[in-house]
Amino acid sequence: MSDILPMPARKPLLEVRNLVTEFPLRTGVFRAVNDLSFSIETGKTLCVVGESGSGKSVTARSILQIVDAPGRIASGSIMLNTADGLSVDLAKLHPRSRAIRAVRGRDIAMIFQEPMSSLSPVHTVGDQITEALRLHMRMTKAEARAEAISLLRQVEIPDPERAIDRYAFQYSGGMRQRAMIAMALACKPKLLIADEPTTALDVTTQAEILDLIARLQKQTGMAVLFITHDMGVVAQIADDVLVMHHGVAREYGPVEQIFHAPQDDYTKMLIGSVLKLEQKAEIRLARAPLDRTAQPILEVRNLSQHFGSLKALDDVSISLLPGETLGIVGESGSGKTTMGRAIMRLYDPTAGEMLYRKADGGIVDLAKIEGAALKEARRELRMVFQDPFGSLNPRMTVAQVIGEPLLVNGIARGKELDERVSHLMEQVGLDPGGRERYPHAFSGGQRQRIGIARAITLNPRIIVADEATSALDVSVRFQVLDLLMKLQDELGLAYIFISHDIGVIRYMCDRVGVMYRGKIVEVGDADKVCNAPDHPYTQALLSAIPRPDPRDRDRSRRFRYTEPTPVRNGSSAR
Amino acid sequence: MLKFITKRLLWMIPSLFAVSFLAFVLIQLPPGDYVTTYIATLAASNEIIDQNTAASLRERFGLGDPMLVQYAKWMWGIITRGDFGISFEWQQPVSGLIWERMALTLVLAIASLLATWAIALPIGVYSAVRKYSIGDYAFTAFSFFGLSVPSFLLALVLMYIAAVEFGQDVGGLFSHEFENAPWSLAKMVDLLAHLWLPVIILAVSSTASLIRVMRANMLDELPKPYVTTARAKGLSEFRLLTKYPMRIALNPFISTIAWLLPNLISGSVVVAIVLNLPTAAPLLLQSLMAQDMYLAGAFVLLICALTLIGSLISDILLALVDPRIRLE
Repeated sequence: MSDILPMPARKPLLEVRNLVTEFPLRTGVFRAVNDLSFSIETGKTLCVVGESGSGKSVTARSILQIVDAPGRIASGSIMLNTADGLSVDLAKLHPRSRAIRAVRGRDIAMIFQEPMSSLSPVHTVGDQITEALRLHMRMTKAEARAEAISLLRQVEIPDPERAIDRYAFQYSGGMRQRAMIAMALACKPKLLIADEPTTALDVTTQAEILDLIARLQKQTGMAVLFITHDMGVVAQIADDVLVMHHGVAREYGPVEQIFHAPQDDYTKMLIGSVLKLEQKAEIRLARAPLDRTAQPILEVRNLSQHFGSLKALDDVSISLLPGETLGIVGESGSGKTTMGRAIMRLYDPTAGEMLYRKADGGIVDLAKIEGAALKEARRELRMVFQDPFGSLNPRMTVAQVIGEPLLVNGIARGKELDERVSHLMEQVGLDPGGRERYPHAFSGGQRQRIGIARAITLNPRIIVADEATSALDVSVRFQVLDLLMKLQDELGLAYIFISHDIGVIRYMCDRVGVMYRGKIVEVGDADKVCNAPDHPYTQALLSAIPRPDPRDRDRSRRFRYTEPTPVRNGSSAR
Repeated sequence: MLKFITKRLLWMIPSLFAVSFLAFVLIQLPPGDYVTTYIATLAASNEIIDQNTAASLRERFGLGDPMLVQYAKWMWGIITRGDFGISFEWQQPVSGLIWERMALTLVLAIASLLATWAIALPIGVYSAVRKYSIGDYAFTAFSFFGLSVPSFLLALVLMYIAAVEFGQDVGGLFSHEFENAPWSLAKMVDLLAHLWLPVIILAVSSTASLIRVMRANMLDELPKPYVTTARAKGLSEFRLLTKYPMRIALNPFISTIAWLLPNLISGSVVVAIVLNLPTAAPLLLQSLMAQDMYLAGAFVLLICALTLIGSLISDILLALVDPRIRLE
């Protein structure tokens, strides 16, 4: 056994030192990444975590020199040390040089957040995978095609011989991300950079993609730089964690330290906000218990909403008590958004009734009423939308946005309107002095507050909030959730809170309905459904949620729910 | 796909009938007819035609029949014999007049189209990729200049320069000796020698607008994530530009084929008249002014048919190049 050589002191695969990436602006220079240093070892996973605007994406792009114009690396070094002893400083290479192009896709590959728009819509998936193979591995067309098929098989795409000739839009979201991964892994890179690769996916799909990356990492021994804002994901996959805030590293260390002995205040806040979602909100704990014997304010009975052959809602029944927060949870395509819109009577339901109990005790069926009665009901049922950017008209001032319902319904005008708007803005925690400004001057959280102010303008009794906090960073999310609960206490509102995030539901809701393919499969108390659900689908959904604790990394308990096939009469069960 | 094409082709039949009828009515709508115009022309040169001659002329041309009968006769001739009627003014079958001019029109149109695309598309891409560079500003200035200069003015200026400075024979597409000569190699060369001037004039204005369109299309596509993906794969900038964003930015141009074909006939009238080009546009104008109804009617019918065929072709091409249209 004399051929064992002493191990040379291994340099890390990638070493970033004092990286500064700048964007020249008209008014000066914006430093998106400021004096950042970290390193990644072969076979390890580094998670870069931070909220929007923290510079984590720019960091990833700096490594490959693909920062969007006019951004550029101002100083620092990015040393790539390959196994054959060669080192190259990527920061010194020209973004269009042959040398950096040889690194891209071959030594370092990247996958992106939005799997749909990150693939070309007019080229087949196979075309886009073979391209990298032909470029870096000098394969012939036939070899590249055979290799691409084997790659697609590796990422578990069914029927890869046919899937290779399909287009991205013929794939589902999860399959697209698998195809992206196949493309990135085509040339067996030493480092995979994944920029929020699971953010646009459902939790169950996310869990599968994370498993896939982990499995491939084990097989090939590549390093992974994983960018995310989700601390749960970090806890599940990271070896090391880099916490970023406003372009600066706040904390850098092993995952165990970050979660169980965080040093930095910002890290503590991030971890704290995730742990907060593991339990009920304090406001709710302080409340008197809900009166379960009260007459429901809204009762949905056997509601169906079909779009052609698609049954978006299929015989749904659920009720809402006064002052209650009812959560609706489900994956994309489960019909939860349709549910919210149907209650607002934005559609004409196919079948069923929605009985709304008015303040005077009279009952109207929202599914049937028209004209003035519908208009009156809509004043008392309001909606808060998901996208704080798209749901506010950019050409209206905040005062106009909030005051519009009052004006349209002829309730207030002139000075009175102005006072009402100011009061509403104070109620949602905004400075009324900013009421003449336009929405673009506000941050995401502030805009969502504007949306909420608009919703409560007409003293509604029910608010339907459709993924109202999904687009917000965790630190802002709680402020908005707490605001909603504060308003609930002040105004006696009942909420229908639609979300895909069990944590938010657990924090916020009294009862939860779980939706799956247009049906409500389970309704019950939030504590019960979120912790010990009865229905196998809910159990599967919960099992897929990444636990925000690196000590709890058991992937084996995760499973995907498959609908039991309907049993024909007498043919089974012998 | 085949079903779609058949359906579209079948729909073309009633559309053609409707348009040809409307065109026929519109041409007849102004007071008087070809004979009136004819008499007026002769009167201008002090020739007087008496009522009897006029009446016999009318009878010969079938102008006395009710309009519907005239239309039916005309359509019947087209459907059964491919006979578009006789041009009153030229005293020749319409089809003979049209086809000769159409061939030259086609040559001119395709030549200027190719010139336009060859100049505009690369410049548009360059302008987008190097947005706000000196080159972009220069091309932007050029394209706004090209957009704002009327093409007939450009035609006059270029004709002046070519004739006075270079002693070129300008106007028309042939030299005198070839004008009525049968087709030969020498005539082809002569055609090419005359073609460049109208091609430049026609290309300048359309190049200008095309540069702007291409630049805007590219600017829409360049920041898309799939471009970054391609870049992260290690493709060279040129290859990734031509393969990904340009491919998609070109799609709108395929739609323009729909109005390119009818433009063969009715487009660039002014330039054709200024340059005295033997293309279809001046003949159409003349036939309308003279109320030469079979000639004008045939042109309108042709324009309509070309519009329909053009949009069919562009729809089919779009479906071929864009899988999102083909497969969804």
